Amino acid sequence: MKAIVNVSLKAGVLDSQGKAVHHALDSLHFSGVEDVRVGKQIVMQLSHTDEAKAREEVTQMCEDLLANTVIEDYEIELVK
Amino acid sequence: MKVTILQFPGTNCEYDTQHAFEKLGCSTEILWHKSEEVSSDTDLLVVAGGFSYGDYLRSGAIAKFSPVMKAVGKYAANGGKVLGICNGFQVLTEAGLLPGALKRNEHLHFISKHHHLKVQNNDNDFLKELNNGDVVNIPIAHHDGNYYIDEDGLKELKANNQILVTYCDENGNELNPNGSVDSIAGVCNKEKNVFGLMPHPERAMEAILGSDDGVKMLEGFLKA
Repeated sequence: MKAIVNVSLKAGVLDSQGKAVHHALDSLHFSGVEDVRVGKQIVMQLSHTDEAKAREEVTQMCEDLLANTVIEDYEIELVK
Repeated sequence: MKVTILQFPGTNCEYDTQHAFEKLGCSTEILWHKSEEVSSDTDLLVVAGGFSYGDYLRSGAIAKFSPVMKAVGKYAANGGKVLGICNGFQVLTEAGLLPGALKRNEHLHFISKHHHLKVQNNDNDFLKELNNGDVVNIPIAHHDGNYYIDEDGLKELKANNQILVTYCDENGNELNPNGSVDSIAGVCNKEKNVFGLMPHPERAMEAILGSDDGVKMLEGFLKA
């Protein structure tokens, strides 16, 4: 099973990189962009077959290491 | 006085820190991160600056799981004094020993220069040799020094006098180089035995090298 974790700054926490990318897109005349958030994606190949267990473990990984929950949110996607 | 200085793979300020405290007459020990104990005669534990684990994932995120960090947690819980400088500050926030987090600088640049700081609260072991409102000139060198804390956290910092120093200009007027909430450059925990700051007092020990204002800061720990 594959786990895809997307980590991004929480809403309300200023995303400087997102702002810089937004500005660059404006300079390239992509005028339809309203907001940009830059995050990171962590892809893990898991040996688990039980989805519930995998989700529980990946959630713990996010809380302990993969995200800093003071400033970041995370989303977990499991793919069989 | 005995100062123990932590060294992770990627730490690069341990010898500057050692030089600074030896200049002040302390004995020092550099402690490799695999150690599971902090020497019992340690009077101050310093988490030195640098780029522990290459800042991979987030600054300080991986260092917080090094074996020595359990011992650091225990040492702090027993009232031991801990000082985190730059990457050390990031490690201490990641480990939950200090409130808040350090984000990428607002304008995304790595900043390396002298910067003035204003002393906000001197009722602690670190800054007691300085007065509130004093302005010191200390180098900063960081990419992720943008201090963040939510509104409730900020209120708590203020209520407990946990804000140590803020960024300012030479006259003490607020001047924010990196986007930090309320221009905060350093904080301590509620119990006032764990301290963290982004600027490098250990690099401001000689007037001929730009500033010796770091002496007054680090000396606070020597006069218990």
